Amino acid sequence: MSDWLSWYITILTLGNIAACWWLIRWTSKARPGEAAVGETTGHVWDEDLKEYNNPLPRWWLGLFYATIVFSLVYLLLYPGLGKWKGLLGWTSVGQYEEELREAEAKYGPIFQRYAKMTPAALAADEKAMASGRRLFMTYCAVCHGSDARGGPGFPDLTDDDWLWGGDFEAIRKSILDGRQAMMPAWGKTLGERGVEEVTAYVLSLSGRSADPALVEAGRAKFRTYCAACHGPEGKGNPLMGAPNLTDGVWLYGGSPEAIKETIRDGRKGRMPAHRALLGEEKAHLLAAYVWSLSRRGEAAR
Amino acid sequence: MSSSATAETYNYKVVRQFTIMTVVWGIVGMAVGVLIAAQLVWPELNFGVPWLTYSRLRPLHTNAVIFAFGGSALFATSYYVVQRTCQVRLFSDKLAAFTFWGWQAVIVGAAITLPLGITTSKEYAELEWPLDILITVVWVAYAIVFFGTILKRRTPHIYVANWFYGAFILTVALLHVVNSAAVPVSWFKSYSVYSGAIDAMVQWWYGHNAVGFFLTAGFLGMMYYFVPKQAGRPVYSYRLSVVHFWALISLYMWAGPHHLHYTALPDWAQTLGMIFSLMLIAPSWGGMINGIMTLSGAWHKLRTDPIIRFLIVSLSFYGMSTFEGPMMSIKTVNALSHYTDWTIGHVHSGALGWVGLVTIGSVYVLLPRLFGREQMHSIKAIEAHFWLATIGIVLYIASMWIAGVMQGLMWRAVNDDGTLTYSFVESLKAMYPYYTVRFLGGVLYLTGMLIMAWNVWKTVSGARPAEAPVPQAA
Repeated sequence: MSDWLSWYITILTLGNIAACWWLIRWTSKARPGEAAVGETTGHVWDEDLKEYNNPLPRWWLGLFYATIVFSLVYLLLYPGLGKWKGLLGWTSVGQYEEELREAEAKYGPIFQRYAKMTPAALAADEKAMASGRRLFMTYCAVCHGSDARGGPGFPDLTDDDWLWGGDFEAIRKSILDGRQAMMPAWGKTLGERGVEEVTAYVLSLSGRSADPALVEAGRAKFRTYCAACHGPEGKGNPLMGAPNLTDGVWLYGGSPEAIKETIRDGRKGRMPAHRALLGEEKAHLLAAYVWSLSRRGEAAR
Repeated sequence: MSSSATAETYNYKVVRQFTIMTVVWGIVGMAVGVLIAAQLVWPELNFGVPWLTYSRLRPLHTNAVIFAFGGSALFATSYYVVQRTCQVRLFSDKLAAFTFWGWQAVIVGAAITLPLGITTSKEYAELEWPLDILITVVWVAYAIVFFGTILKRRTPHIYVANWFYGAFILTVALLHVVNSAAVPVSWFKSYSVYSGAIDAMVQWWYGHNAVGFFLTAGFLGMMYYFVPKQAGRPVYSYRLSVVHFWALISLYMWAGPHHLHYTALPDWAQTLGMIFSLMLIAPSWGGMINGIMTLSGAWHKLRTDPIIRFLIVSLSFYGMSTFEGPMMSIKTVNALSHYTDWTIGHVHSGALGWVGLVTIGSVYVLLPRLFGREQMHSIKAIEAHFWLATIGIVLYIASMWIAGVMQGLMWRAVNDDGTLTYSFVESLKAMYPYYTVRFLGGVLYLTGMLIMAWNVWKTVSGARPAEAPVPQAA
């Protein structure tokens, strides 16, 4: 902040407060020639509108003075008058950092202890899993759902179908650094007929019925355009998050219409990075929780 | 007109037009409000139609109640008051007619563009630049008519109501032009000339002064005419009106930053926003005292006259919200209340309680005079309207207080391990009963407005527009 701006703010602020102070002092005293209590000022508008000139209520004056005094003291203690930092040295950033430090000192050790445990040990520790679940509710449930079963565009985390790999390390990496998936739009390249053919072939991959002529035509196009990412057999590739098309699990919907839309217009899947929000230790526990979800599902099956 | 060719009359035509539209837009705006309140309880009510979604109807609701309902009421009463207290016809009939049709065009434009999703995304200033320019032109015409009338007045002094109307007209012009400054890229899209924290500060300097000057100063002007008129008593204190006028308009200018506590806005600006909001309690209450105490010596009228009850209860809500506002601007309170439904409750105790009730009361005084009737068709209906409105407001703000404080507490609750106790969805789920009560409150308030519309219809139908001669003696 420049000196000029600092003085400008200070003078304007104190000037306005001083003007209010002067205004209530000046008007709280009766002046000669003014209408006395119980008399009107003598002006009349619109036939019968008149004004008394009652004094300012004392309690009201007191309230006004009190808020002004409070404000002046506050301006002395806290930043407000331009560059003036305030006697308390308070800043909002300072308060934030202080609160973070306190929270870290209080809760940090809990997660440091968990960070040293193996995923299997954490999955068996009820208290750890309760903490993991609460982290999930805060950071993950908005997209993946309270039950972790996902929704259109957001993967189900309870099945054992993984786009980017389902071992503990892969999950941890997804949480910490995020993932960026990209299905290009093929509508222009393939044409509407081509989109239908490839759709028919993709449907056949998971054993669903489709017009055999379309399936045959789609097979060749799949090899040319899709196999690079989804593999020659359509089994996907976790290195680039390309989904397995043979397992009947559909991230963006498995209806012929939804598949057509995916092929024609493409999709962009983005899992945001949580390193800055969570830190390594909490991410470790959260990854163990997510990892345990599919293992539990597997055990149930 | 022909019957009074010789004597000068007041221009009641434009006042009648704006008064009728006040009732019409009030019902439209509040009906949209009730619909979106219902959508928060039953989301299916957006019927999967984009222009019926909450996100597009909410700005339509706020624009309709503030600028269409409130704006028409301010045009109507200011034109009526400035003529009668200056003892002279409006400065220009043609310009006055232009402000009526121009303002209606703005409202219709808003009602079309906002549901289509055309918006600047600036709260309470969502309209795109072509409509912003139309607003500016209408407003300049309004200022010329109003101040022109003041200049050619026959009375030696300017009545206090006109100070407030004048401050409202001048400041809203300044606020609108500065905040809406934008670079157009097409007919329906523009970008603000400000960016980042400065954009946010300009937006809330505008936003809070829209409250301070549109919804407070303007309606205080209304109060200063209709309360003493209906009570038949002199204004309580001229001296108090001088103090609270100057203190109010100078201090309000600073209060905007309290909308941006604990954000990227510099600390010094946040501090100024808070302390100036606190210093606003007394100036705000000055208006309340002056209004309520005007009734001293005639308190029995509260029992017998439902219109007086509208006016006085509106002042009570004014006093309550202007105490609540400064409290919410204190940073530690704001840390709890910000982003919760408490804010919504606070706004509505001001909007439904103060702005709504003072407008309704004033229209009940004004309408019979504009149509040559003794009084409204049904006093019983006014009575019913009063109780429906009051109970509606109480349901609305009480449910939003509970909802807001509950949200604030749920969001900050933490477990032994520092994790949040409640997920966001859980706090949302806890809102169902309160959102339902809020919806009911809105339904009651809207029902009152429908009764008013019936009463207005019965009063107006068959009546001849009144012509009032201007008294020639000063």
